[in-house]
Amino acid sequence: MNRDVERHKLFNRRSVMLLGGQATLFSALIGRMYYLQVLEAERYKTLADENRINLRLLPPPRGRIIDRFGLPLASNQQNYRVLLIPEDTRDVVATLDSLAEIIAIGSGERRRILRDVKRNRSFVPVTLRENLDWQQVARIEVNAPDLPGVMIDVGQSRNYPFGHDLAHVLGYVAAVSPKDLSGDPLLELPGFRIGKAGVERVHDLALRGSGGSSQVEVNAFGRVIRELQRKEGQPGAEVQLTIDMELQRFTRQRLADESAAVVVLDIHSGDVLAMVSNPSFDPNSFNRGLSLVEWQALVQNPRAPLINKTIAGRYAPGSTFKMCVLLAALEKGVISESSQVFCSGFTELGDARFHCWKKHGHGLLGAEQAIVQSCDVFFYELAKRTGIERIAAMARRLGMGTKLDVDLPGEQAGLVPTPKWKRGALDAPWHQGETLIAGIGQGYLLATPLQLAVMTAQLANGGFIVKPRLTKDIVNEGAAKGDAATKLTSLHLPPRHLEIVRQAMSSVVNSPRGTAYRARIKEPGLEMAGKTGTVQVRRISKAERESGVLKNKDLPWKDRDHALFVGYAPEDNPRYAVAVVVEHGGGGSSKAAPIARDILREAQQRNSARTDMKTARRIPTPPIAGGDEG
Amino acid sequence: MKEDSLNPPEFTFVQKFLNIHWFLVFFICLTAAIGVAMLYSAANGSFQPWASRQMVRFGVGLLVMMTVALVDVRIWLRFAYVFYGLSLVLLILVEFMGFVGMGAQRWLDLGYFNLQPSELMKIALVLALARYFHGLNMEEVAQPTRLLIPLFMVFAPAALVLRQPDLGTALMLVMASGALFFVAGVRMWKFAVVIISGLVAAPVGWQFLHEYQKQRILTFLNPEVDPLGAGYHIIQSKIALGSGGLIGKGYMQGTQGHLNFLPEMQTDFIFTMLAEEFGLVGGLGLLALYGLLLVFGAIIAMRSNSQFGRLMAMGVSVTFFLYVFINIAMVMGLIPVVGVPLPLVSYGGTAMMTLLIGFGLLIGVWVHRDVTIGRRGGDEV
Repeated sequence: MNRDVERHKLFNRRSVMLLGGQATLFSALIGRMYYLQVLEAERYKTLADENRINLRLLPPPRGRIIDRFGLPLASNQQNYRVLLIPEDTRDVVATLDSLAEIIAIGSGERRRILRDVKRNRSFVPVTLRENLDWQQVARIEVNAPDLPGVMIDVGQSRNYPFGHDLAHVLGYVAAVSPKDLSGDPLLELPGFRIGKAGVERVHDLALRGSGGSSQVEVNAFGRVIRELQRKEGQPGAEVQLTIDMELQRFTRQRLADESAAVVVLDIHSGDVLAMVSNPSFDPNSFNRGLSLVEWQALVQNPRAPLINKTIAGRYAPGSTFKMCVLLAALEKGVISESSQVFCSGFTELGDARFHCWKKHGHGLLGAEQAIVQSCDVFFYELAKRTGIERIAAMARRLGMGTKLDVDLPGEQAGLVPTPKWKRGALDAPWHQGETLIAGIGQGYLLATPLQLAVMTAQLANGGFIVKPRLTKDIVNEGAAKGDAATKLTSLHLPPRHLEIVRQAMSSVVNSPRGTAYRARIKEPGLEMAGKTGTVQVRRISKAERESGVLKNKDLPWKDRDHALFVGYAPEDNPRYAVAVVVEHGGGGSSKAAPIARDILREAQQRNSARTDMKTARRIPTPPIAGGDEG
Repeated sequence: MKEDSLNPPEFTFVQKFLNIHWFLVFFICLTAAIGVAMLYSAANGSFQPWASRQMVRFGVGLLVMMTVALVDVRIWLRFAYVFYGLSLVLLILVEFMGFVGMGAQRWLDLGYFNLQPSELMKIALVLALARYFHGLNMEEVAQPTRLLIPLFMVFAPAALVLRQPDLGTALMLVMASGALFFVAGVRMWKFAVVIISGLVAAPVGWQFLHEYQKQRILTFLNPEVDPLGAGYHIIQSKIALGSGGLIGKGYMQGTQGHLNFLPEMQTDFIFTMLAEEFGLVGGLGLLALYGLLLVFGAIIAMRSNSQFGRLMAMGVSVTFFLYVFINIAMVMGLIPVVGVPLPLVSYGGTAMMTLLIGFGLLIGVWVHRDVTIGRRGGDEV
């Protein structure tokens, strides 16, 4: 018994120690609990909220693009798509089989669907097919009881109702590529589209709007339990273009299958009423996604349907440049109104012989007739007397050689050559022969059709700078940015010189000797004025010249001359300017002038500026001198 | 008085029943009630599937506990080695014919229920060691050779359990036994020798750990290494605890638990859920309740007039403590994730039954506190 007392004591002592050990360990637990739940509580609360709260972006509807009269050019279309929620089907494969009887599902598509199903959690909807038509939607809805887990969903996709007609101006939207990521979380939304070309690209930020957000509570598997908070986004702004869609469409139809570029301007406001580059492409197909074959066809087409030829096509202006040379010569005073030059069919400079387009020459003619009949020898002489520097300066004053900053990507500056340029770019001295060539708008000289239209508009409006404008307005939910007041800046061209040029241009079309007489507008009051141009794209050898220059129709397409025409109308009180370039179209008078005639006549009959009266009133009538034009 | 009387006439049945430590029983029921409430919350406010079954189990367990408490401690002493031997045989059987559940071979299919012999062993080992040390006087305890048999009694089942593999249970067996060696009077320096040699042997033992056990220890040391993989449990558990703050998010309002971020919240991580919904206050409350039960356990042990009763009571109490400590330390990221439930609260029948049998023995020691037992189990002094 004693012994038990002894070990009982030892037991009690050690038990108390053990209890003390337990208390120590419990204190450690309490300390840890205090650390986690009091000291670090805020951090863990944040982490818990991060766990359960998911921010979902609500993509804003993309802003519409409308023409000057409010006609929608780019809008959002209901896009019916069919989704599959794997957990709601009894058997994914069987459901796909029954669905395949309603809408065709290819084997590649099927593989993609099954892959998506595998990849996502079973409550995440998988898109089976987009852009369903009404009939397909109806058939799926009717068969819904046999298609568990299949549902129709309405999304929005970009739609360009005029397709090819305005493709180069509007551009297109397409899926976001990695280099587009700018930090805007919207761009990371699957299926989000951004503007990749044209107005869609230039005004992408305005059209895009800003995304809303929805805070949702999710569980550990990502399933949404409820919405906690919602912030509506800002829908994209509406962009109004200066384009008159009816005129645009008329123009493209008129071009048929020519490879051509046409720009129609309002000569006072600089509004681009029509801008057509042909052939074109369907911007809707970029939104859908192009197949490799379609893409190859677009890229390899020699007529370059993807290029906007009106701003990115660079052409020698040819005879349409002669007004510029004449103005430079008049300004320098190397000729007077009454000066005459004899054309024998060619002129000589050193050993070289420079030919007129008319083999046997025009005989003796003055400035007006030189333009009317487009005599080359007259302008060789003029160029020789004026010098390249003065010609180049005038070309630049009229808008060539620099970008006009119209609201489109990919604009080219063209080229106004000078001796300095040639030394820099080609490391070669300037020859006087090159001055002569420049005098008839050929050689190194390059201009875009838009530049030609701007030049023409400036001649027609009395010598005021025309800044071509494509964006009329950007409307942010009612608050219109409004038309920017057009500021009139003079080019300081003597009115008399302009009058001479305009008189000549009128005669080109309206006098029987004019190169475009056959393309005149006969309706009284709608008459146009203009200038033809025919640009060689190949060198004519001496042998060929002696045996007779080949006719265009005998040449392969790519060797034929470019046909150009610049003009304005109505002739007595101009309102519209046009530039037409038909690639390898043959003659300016036979090919380009009739196109310009039809477009200008249509423009006047439509009167594209008709709702623009309030703008027109702000602009004082340009001081067209005298009444002696008619 | 007959030397081998199994039900000595000192106490009548009614006296024994009145002698039951009703205070302890009350606190056991209170703890279990908290568990049921948490299971109700874990099922998003439903008695199905956990809370109702837990209540039934606890009810059955309570009856078993009372029955065990009323059995004379001398009977437990007499059959201690038999229970131990039986448990060891079952553990060996598990090795050959047990089925695999949750990645380890732990269960024996006994027709209408599944038996986990490692749980039985927790009780049987306490009984066997208590009987062994009961038979030794102080001088004998001091002889190192006398410790070989109890050491074998500990390490044979521990090795078998480790092979299943169940690191948590093996550790509990070893640590509970260590505590019994300690209160039985084994010299301190011997523990120091064992602990130091254990530390030396640890790198060798590392080789024998299963890949998932190594992974758990590595993950414990740096859970952020693999936040969606093995570290997920600990990270989410800490977030749940921490975000509970001082007073918690409210009953059934725990976001971590109810949105499924918390793994196994009805079993091993139920303390996390409680601390998320009731905060530090709730966690401390439950800890205080456990502390109270442990103090009662120690008092009962020290009050017993027989070394066997003392050792048995202390063994049960220490086992209970180990459950509590390992589980809570695990969910708070203090020790690696080992599958040990929170006693009386976690969902699960096996641990509940082990614990209630243990508490039955504890209360039995209280009921028979004045019974003295001879060295060989008789009434002789």
